[in-house]
Amino acid sequence: MSTASARQALAPLAALVILLSLWEGIVRALAIPTWLLPTPSAIATAAAREARPLLDAALTTGRSALVGFALSAGVGVFAAVVLSSSRLLERALYPYTLFLQTVPIVAIAPLLVLWFGPGARAVAVSSFIVSLFPVIANTLTGLRSVEPALRDLFRLYGARRLATLWKLELPAALPHLFTGLRIASGLAVIGAIVGEFVAGFSEGSAGLGILVLSAYRQLRTDLLFAAVLAASGLGLLLFGAVSLAGARTLRRWHPSASSGGNPT
Amino acid sequence: MALPHAPASAPLAPTDEGEGGVRIQLSDLRRTFPGGLTVLEGLELEVAAGSFVALLGPSGCGKSTLLRLVAGLDRPDGGTLTFSPPLERTRGERAPIAYVFQDAHLLPWRSVLDNAALPLELAGVPGPERRAAARAVLEQVGLGDATARYPAELSGGMRMRVSLARALVTRPRLLLLDEPFAALDELSRSRLDEQLRALWRELGMTVLFVTHSIAEATWLAERVVVLSRRPARVVLDRTLELPRERVATLRTEAAFARESRLLHEALERGEAL
Ligand SMILES: Nc1ncnc2c1ncn2[C@@H]1O[C@H](COP(=O)(O)OP(=O)(O)OP(=O)(O)O)[C@@H](O)[C@H]1O
Ligand SMILES: [Mg+2]
Repeated sequence: MSTASARQALAPLAALVILLSLWEGIVRALAIPTWLLPTPSAIATAAAREARPLLDAALTTGRSALVGFALSAGVGVFAAVVLSSSRLLERALYPYTLFLQTVPIVAIAPLLVLWFGPGARAVAVSSFIVSLFPVIANTLTGLRSVEPALRDLFRLYGARRLATLWKLELPAALPHLFTGLRIASGLAVIGAIVGEFVAGFSEGSAGLGILVLSAYRQLRTDLLFAAVLAASGLGLLLFGAVSLAGARTLRRWHPSASSGGNPT
Repeated sequence: MALPHAPASAPLAPTDEGEGGVRIQLSDLRRTFPGGLTVLEGLELEVAAGSFVALLGPSGCGKSTLLRLVAGLDRPDGGTLTFSPPLERTRGERAPIAYVFQDAHLLPWRSVLDNAALPLELAGVPGPERRAAARAVLEQVGLGDATARYPAELSGGMRMRVSLARALVTRPRLLLLDEPFAALDELSRSRLDEQLRALWRELGMTVLFVTHSIAEATWLAERVVVLSRRPARVVLDRTLELPRERVATLRTEAAFARESRLLHEALERGEAL
């Protein structure tokens, strides 16, 4: 690692240390009760004490988010391909995909419980619904971004519809597709946690959403903070994995691969 | 990836005499775009089989439109467009027409070799065979040792060469080029011109070459057709009085200057029409 990149990594770390020290100092100085605002050290202690349940909850939520994300990726790309296959279809159906973006997931989560029963399945579906739209929208943009000259070229060589899709449109859409997947990865975790608030009660192990709720009811604010941190850690993990997969896929040929691309 | 090595030049030479160039006849050709812009009207042009014809004309006069019509990428609104011998454009066959754009338009996710092999791949030619053909044609444009590289790693001139190789890999009977080397520096451009002319002499396909450069047209072509402002008419149709063997120094000779001046005057006449 060069000194420049070491310094780059050091800057946010230093900021974190300063912030945490300030937080710790102020809470102690003003004697703010732990149930209102715990100190970072109290949060760390709670996290260490409850490491096992936290890890179990993170795994449960992670599994639901992963299922939701995988569904989004598969269904989203497929839907975008279908929509892009005809102007008419796109014009007829695309406006309705906007519902996906505006749907208040908390409001329809009870429906999901009715349809899928309480538990992991309803949670995964909630995660799926929340994370689907960016995959469709970005993949569609990508499929439409193919240069006209390349379409002409494929036409000149008598390419079949499927060959054009497979060898031209989908590869050309990959940078946009990965942008969509990166956005979806974060949303999938959010969707899973929101889903758990409403639908997460079941015989099996409880997810982070449930942990947040029960910590709140018991006013164990330190544990609540720990659970929230675990949730954002989970989102970061999934986001990082998708980003890495995207960078590796696009490495050879896409100029934005190294800079991470621009989200839509 | 283990690739079979191609015999040095096998797949490119025309397999029989009939496979050389194609003759093109345009008669009373018309193209009006939706919105009412008539770009071509009453255009007459005949291109002999195996000849090298350059098209010159003011910007926006319809050169690209004409090329797209000939390529079958667009349909005329009137008139006829005949090839002899006729070109069958059934699916799965090797495309008889190739088109080179102003930019290379390579697929960035494919290696140089797989880019050059694309037309054969779309025609269903099996992997080893199409890679051998692509290797041979890349060799021919001077990219024999760049086959494993990716477009992002190439210079503009190299990319254009890949584009040319891709066009030639099907052994087309008609090669259409739309200002193909315009984005290159002077030196790369004349090198590519020289390479293109050598390839034409070797392969014998018909070539239609659109350019804005009088010098390029003069050096390359046997015959130059100068078009007028839109709707494009033929202002000058001249078979150049230049030796068949074109060397780099031809550009400084008196005959070259004379032909260039004729083309220049015709271009000005066409602008003023
Ligand atoms: N698809 C289209 N729809 C409408 N108008 C078009 C279309 N394609 C070309 N035109 C118009 O037709 C005219 C001729 O275009 P064309 O591209 O054939 O010119 P050109 O001779 O190739 O010009 P240049 O030398 O600048 O490349 C232009 O005015 C252009 O705007
Ligand atoms: Mg043009």
